[in-house]
Amino acid sequence: MYNKDQLKEKAKKAKDKKGAIGPDINLDEFDQAPVPHSYLAEEDLCDLPQEEQERLIMSGLDVTEKERGGTYLQKDTSVIHCHSRQDGIEVIPIKKALEQYDWVKEYYWKLLAVDTDKYTAAAELALHDGYVIRALPGSKSIYPIQACLYLDKDGLQQNVHNLIIAEEDSELHIITGCATSPHLKRGAHVGISEFFVKKNAKLSFTMIHNWAEDMVVRPRSVAQVEEGGLFINNYICMKPVRSLQMYPTTHLVGKDAVARFYSIIVGSPGSEYDLGGRIFLKHPGNRAEIVARTISNGGKIIARGHLIGEVPGIKAHLECRGLILNGGLIHAIPELEGLADGVEMSHEAAVGKIAQEEIAYLMSRGLTEDEATSTIVRGFLSVDIPGLPPQLKAEIDKAIEESDKDVM
Amino acid sequence: MLKIDDLQVTLEDKEILKHIDLEIHPGETHVLFGPNGSGKTSLLMTIMGYSQYNVVAGKIIFKGKDITHMSIDERARMGIGMSYQRPPTINGLKTRQMVKLCAGHEMDENDLAKQVNFEQFLDRDVNAGFSGGEIKRSELLQLMAQKPDLMLFDEPESGVDMENISLVGKTIASLLQKNLLTIENKTRMQAKLERTKMGLIITHTGYILEYVAADKGQVLYDGILSCTNNPREILDCIEESGYEECVRCIIKTN
Ligand SMILES: Nc1ncnc2c1ncn2[C@@H]1O[C@H](COP(=O)(O)OP(=O)(O)OP(=O)(O)O)[C@@H](O)[C@H]1O
Ligand SMILES: [Mg+2]
Repeated sequence: MYNKDQLKEKAKKAKDKKGAIGPDINLDEFDQAPVPHSYLAEEDLCDLPQEEQERLIMSGLDVTEKERGGTYLQKDTSVIHCHSRQDGIEVIPIKKALEQYDWVKEYYWKLLAVDTDKYTAAAELALHDGYVIRALPGSKSIYPIQACLYLDKDGLQQNVHNLIIAEEDSELHIITGCATSPHLKRGAHVGISEFFVKKNAKLSFTMIHNWAEDMVVRPRSVAQVEEGGLFINNYICMKPVRSLQMYPTTHLVGKDAVARFYSIIVGSPGSEYDLGGRIFLKHPGNRAEIVARTISNGGKIIARGHLIGEVPGIKAHLECRGLILNGGLIHAIPELEGLADGVEMSHEAAVGKIAQEEIAYLMSRGLTEDEATSTIVRGFLSVDIPGLPPQLKAEIDKAIEESDKDVM
Repeated sequence: MLKIDDLQVTLEDKEILKHIDLEIHPGETHVLFGPNGSGKTSLLMTIMGYSQYNVVAGKIIFKGKDITHMSIDERARMGIGMSYQRPPTINGLKTRQMVKLCAGHEMDENDLAKQVNFEQFLDRDVNAGFSGGEIKRSELLQLMAQKPDLMLFDEPESGVDMENISLVGKTIASLLQKNLLTIENKTRMQAKLERTKMGLIITHTGYILEYVAADKGQVLYDGILSCTNNPREILDCIEESGYEECVRCIIKTN
């Protein structure tokens, strides 16, 4: 049960606890003091400065809210806009939700231990805000809900906690971005996310990150999928970032529950990425898939994946492909753990360069060498994600299109 | 016009083409025969500009320009195109997009695809899991969009089933402007005179000759273009007495 004092106590003890993997970050270098920004009404969203709007758009947040079912926008530590446009779908800032609704406490720190490491501890000890997005039983999101965590103040450490709940038989699609303002150089982002996909619910969560070069990023997330539920988790990061480490975990806790992770990463020089996903298959009929496409342009990428099959009658596949284009390093670490007879688990991993034969083939159709290369790279990055609404597919395509300039 | 002068080519330091001379005039289509491994694909790849085929002597002239050392894409833009024997798979690139890229502009790929019975493949990745016969139709579709002036066909009818063979044959004929009957409002003579497209077709079976009136046949044997003759006669000769005999006998009769 939720006990505020106990949580704080545990968090305090883990205040200096290093993360299990990834470079250690000295959080004392960052400022956590709240940065007030005034709330914007729906009609004022479009008055945001043009360059800010552009940064938001690159992370999938459209201020016109065209084809969006609701919006959560947080700038630094303050919520500047939050509302739902669809009945049956709730979008609430987490601080307000914790004050006003008791049910929220059932979910807060339920899947993730507050004393996991210094980052989870920081999110409890100095929580700025975050969102609760919930689809009520049976409701289906017509358009995706958009959320963005925007960093504007140089040197800030942003601590957020998000809860995403798809109630029984509901269908919820979320596009969430993180972005930094053009002038921001340095900062830290700590983001806790807990996902609850209930019986026969469907949740897709697409995250697009656009960081500044000197950002450190430590998301911590855990999901739980009940019987017949489907969880699709997409992660796209094409921009430089000093250090990004995350290892989201999903537990399939009911029969026929399914989880699919797709990530698309472009690693620029000076950037270090350590990411992957871990899925526990605990019931017959569970399915899991982890697909990663990574490109290194001189950055360092560690791409992990870990599938744990605990019972017979599960099926899991892991696919990790990397391209090294301009130096750099890609370290693929696929892990399969079968704990029972009758599990069906496989992986394929490949790290290499673009095949000259493919470039030549396209050149013989009239493309220049550069055009051919970028066409192949775009193809490499484009993965078919079944079950994703067209608006989100379009956002991913747009991000890949954008990345072209950086890749080439 | 394509003119090849005393061309010598090595691949991985091995001599694979020795003293090749070849002339294809506007409106002409030639057929190339030869046993496995004789260098037919190598000749086409050299004309297309693949750099692993190392030209050690001789030249290739196209439309009056020496293209011997031009890059593949420059040659493509000058109007050379190829239908490959074994093209690579391009993951993540839809055939639909590929057709547009070949055309170089926005276009309706559905209409073109219909002509080669390929609509249902447009949303598949280029060559990904295509069967032998499907690859041929995909290659033709790309050439239809690209519209090159000189088309190099590497065994376009191998592996194509009985139902699709006439489709493939007729498509090639139309690409090469050899389908005199289907051109409207023109006499056969007029159409023939206005014909500009050039073709070089590799075939083992000669089935393609049923659909395309080829102007000349040649046999590539052990890296040497051995003879020039009526393609049907060459085919008959190969069938009767094999490549080696045929090369010898035709050299004698010429
Ligand atoms: N990468 C390579 N390294 C070495 N030898 C090669 C290479 N590629 C092709 N060859 C050789 O070059 C020769 C000519 O090959 P080519 O593909 O041109 O033959 P082909 O006449 O098209 O044969 P087929 O009728 O079987 O298609 C063959 O002996 C082949 O084994
Ligand atoms: Mg060949």
